[in-house]
Amino acid sequence: MSEKEAESRNPSELQDVFSGEPMDLRPGSDDCYKCSTCDTECPVAEVDDDFPGPKFQGPEQWRLKRKGDHDIDDSVMSCSNCMRCDNACPSEVPLSQMHNTARGKYVDEQMSKLSREYIRNRILSNYGRLAPLASKFPRLTNFVMGLSVTKFVNEKVMGITSQREFPDFATETFTDWWEKRGGKATSKERAQEARTKRGDAAENDDKRVAYFHGDYSNYNTPEVAKAMVRVFEQFGYEVAVPDQRCSGTPMFANGMMDDARRAAKFNIETFAALVEQGYDVICSCTSCSMALRQEYPELYSFDGTAKVAANTFEALEYLRVHEDLEGELADSSVPESEFGELAYHAPCHAKNQGLDGQAVELLSALDGTDPVDVGDSCSGISGTYGWKSEKYDTSMKIGDEMFEHMEDVESETGMTECPTCAMQMNHGTGYDIRHPLEVLDSALVN
Amino acid sequence: MAIEDDVVVIGGGLAGMTTALSAAREGSRVRLLSHKESTLRFASGLIDVLGYVEGEIVSNPFETISALPDEHPYQKVGEDGVRAGLALFDSVADYAGDHTDRNALVPTFGGRIKPTARYPKHTAPGLASDERDTLLVGFETVVDFDAPVAAEHLRETVPFDVRGVTLSFPGEFRTDAKITRLAHALDKNERVEIGSSENVSQSEPVRIALAEKIKPHLGDAERIGFPAMLGEDHPEDVRATLERKLDVEVFEIPMGPPSLPGMRLEAQFESALKEAGVRITTGNPVVDFESGDNGEISAVVVERNGAAIPFHGEQFVLATGGLVGKGIDSDREGVREPIFDCRVPAPEDRYEWSEDGAFDNHAFARFGVQVDDELRPLDSAGEPEFENLRAVGGVLGNCDVSAEKSASGVSLSTGTVAGRKASDEVNP
Repeated sequence: MSEKEAESRNPSELQDVFSGEPMDLRPGSDDCYKCSTCDTECPVAEVDDDFPGPKFQGPEQWRLKRKGDHDIDDSVMSCSNCMRCDNACPSEVPLSQMHNTARGKYVDEQMSKLSREYIRNRILSNYGRLAPLASKFPRLTNFVMGLSVTKFVNEKVMGITSQREFPDFATETFTDWWEKRGGKATSKERAQEARTKRGDAAENDDKRVAYFHGDYSNYNTPEVAKAMVRVFEQFGYEVAVPDQRCSGTPMFANGMMDDARRAAKFNIETFAALVEQGYDVICSCTSCSMALRQEYPELYSFDGTAKVAANTFEALEYLRVHEDLEGELADSSVPESEFGELAYHAPCHAKNQGLDGQAVELLSALDGTDPVDVGDSCSGISGTYGWKSEKYDTSMKIGDEMFEHMEDVESETGMTECPTCAMQMNHGTGYDIRHPLEVLDSALVN
Repeated sequence: MAIEDDVVVIGGGLAGMTTALSAAREGSRVRLLSHKESTLRFASGLIDVLGYVEGEIVSNPFETISALPDEHPYQKVGEDGVRAGLALFDSVADYAGDHTDRNALVPTFGGRIKPTARYPKHTAPGLASDERDTLLVGFETVVDFDAPVAAEHLRETVPFDVRGVTLSFPGEFRTDAKITRLAHALDKNERVEIGSSENVSQSEPVRIALAEKIKPHLGDAERIGFPAMLGEDHPEDVRATLERKLDVEVFEIPMGPPSLPGMRLEAQFESALKEAGVRITTGNPVVDFESGDNGEISAVVVERNGAAIPFHGEQFVLATGGLVGKGIDSDREGVREPIFDCRVPAPEDRYEWSEDGAFDNHAFARFGVQVDDELRPLDSAGEPEFENLRAVGGVLGNCDVSAEKSASGVSLSTGTVAGRKASDEVNP
């Protein structure tokens, strides 16, 4: 790591030479040379003329705040936290970190805790706290959430758009399935069987992963989480599924920094202990992995934060580094009737981690499917963003380019790693949306 | 095992993309690793080969290459290499200038004249060798281009009349609207408000509204120059509408970042790379490498907050740029190439790295790795640092590409040659 990178990564340890105060985000702000490339990559600024863009939200607003006589501009709430600006910046300015910090401060100091916006955002960002209740009565919840009267009330009272269909809650959560299946012990057995079949040593402590499934694949799309478990076991990995909370992604995006801090602390403590024992952490949602790998180390310094970040990987990424995934896929096939042409959208948070090309690259080798990249635009939903009544139109305008490119694909099946991108893809085109792990499951697991 | 390709190219700028394309077209399986979005969006979009030698303007680069010092990258690849680089470029981009070996003279946004080998078709009608009278149009909110000042500067050097006028861009865009926002409005020909009559607001397609604004200022001008912002996706259509409405030729003046001509060129390269089957991975920096048993490089390692991912290959090409691109790093102790620690010679006394005047002949401008005729970086004994590593573009030393106006030419020629050589090693 160069001296400069070290500076921008550990600003909390630096001090202003005159005041002796911590440097905070100063070095990052000074690194901005106003090339404006971030502004040209911002999907919100592209469709919303009232949004001043990441260069303002980040380094410029930070400077304005230095003297303390400026409020945070309320436009910070229109940032969708897609983090594309981070990837665009040629100068390592920590833009999304600045946005998260500013948004947290805005919500703390300038937003009324009694306002509809605050209450709505708090509910949306704490979906993981409500989901357990809903999933106790999944059929009833699905029925009630689908009622037009529910949507009407949500729209009028809560400011949650009635244009979207609430995702169904699964009748059995992933963790219920996991426990019923025998948890870690069963996983260990299956992994050992697979290793023996592959001609590897049955005992292998290196092949242990801890799964960060996140709330969505637990409550809404357990088939993705089950696919993860089966695929990893197939390659001889023992899977552990520890208790966990929401990654914090929706909380960062809504400036609910206290909620996010509590969730992050729990997750870091849990997973750091497993990393200590030799586990690597695997995610199947690119926003979850983004949180563990980037937002946690940018915002927190709990013991083990850096260790968790350095040992967290996306499912496909991990397998492709450690196994001959491409080779095995080349020798396999999936039913063309089920998969066939897949309109693949790379989530912004995959792009930011350098993972946007891998699904198409890997699955191109597989018989029975033909993944087609639908371009590098943002899907527009950005988690909770597209659920807000006042953001719905912006969200759909951003998504337009992706919908168009999806329509160009012959079949009516899409693919992505991000559950909310999947919602948006389905909402805009009616396509059925699959996760790459489901394709792997079909191809590789007997 | 793992992520494996024939040729791994490190760096996603013009040099890296050229190398990747060249190797892939020779039949290799190629991986392009780029830390960030391509640097082309910071580039003017002009393709300079050799504009100045020792402060003297060059009219024909090919007649001048042989006069360059032996260690100059152009001498390593020869005239053939430079021509091969331009041929590859011409196969990718829809540019003008390939009809001659001579440099064209393109007006810049500061009102200077720049010698260049290739230029976008949208810039072609503006050449200084064409003596038609010219109107330059700038916009109040596009502050990087001051049309009257640029015109005043140009008048000092060109044999035709140039005037400049600053107008407000039609419609109610933000005062700080991004240049891409205005370009996209022109692409889509969005309707904009043009005032009201009898309390009913009137609107018009933005291209038409723009032409109407310019008409009163046209005078005897036979061509109009705009800052390069006439559309990102459909610049031909934007220009055609303006030309039809104004009955004069329209051209673009290349601008600084974010540069529309650079973005258009990036898009053209991206589709060429896709077609050639190059596998692109963007988002993380290459920070280290792994070596095999024989001392060759077996993989390069990208890193993200402590997580390391190796990319294996048989041949590697370093295209990480110079001091500005971070392919060369320096501190008070010395100058280095940070990934492979290839030797970068520099005077021990760092006060010898630079001269007093901003535009003096600085040593630092020529810092970079030293290579043999195979473009392999050399150690202090003059031996290749690694048998399977080549270096291209800005990371190369012994040329001051800013002063020479040779950055694009060095990237294209060394990239094309190194890509071919790397591929030949894999598939002899």
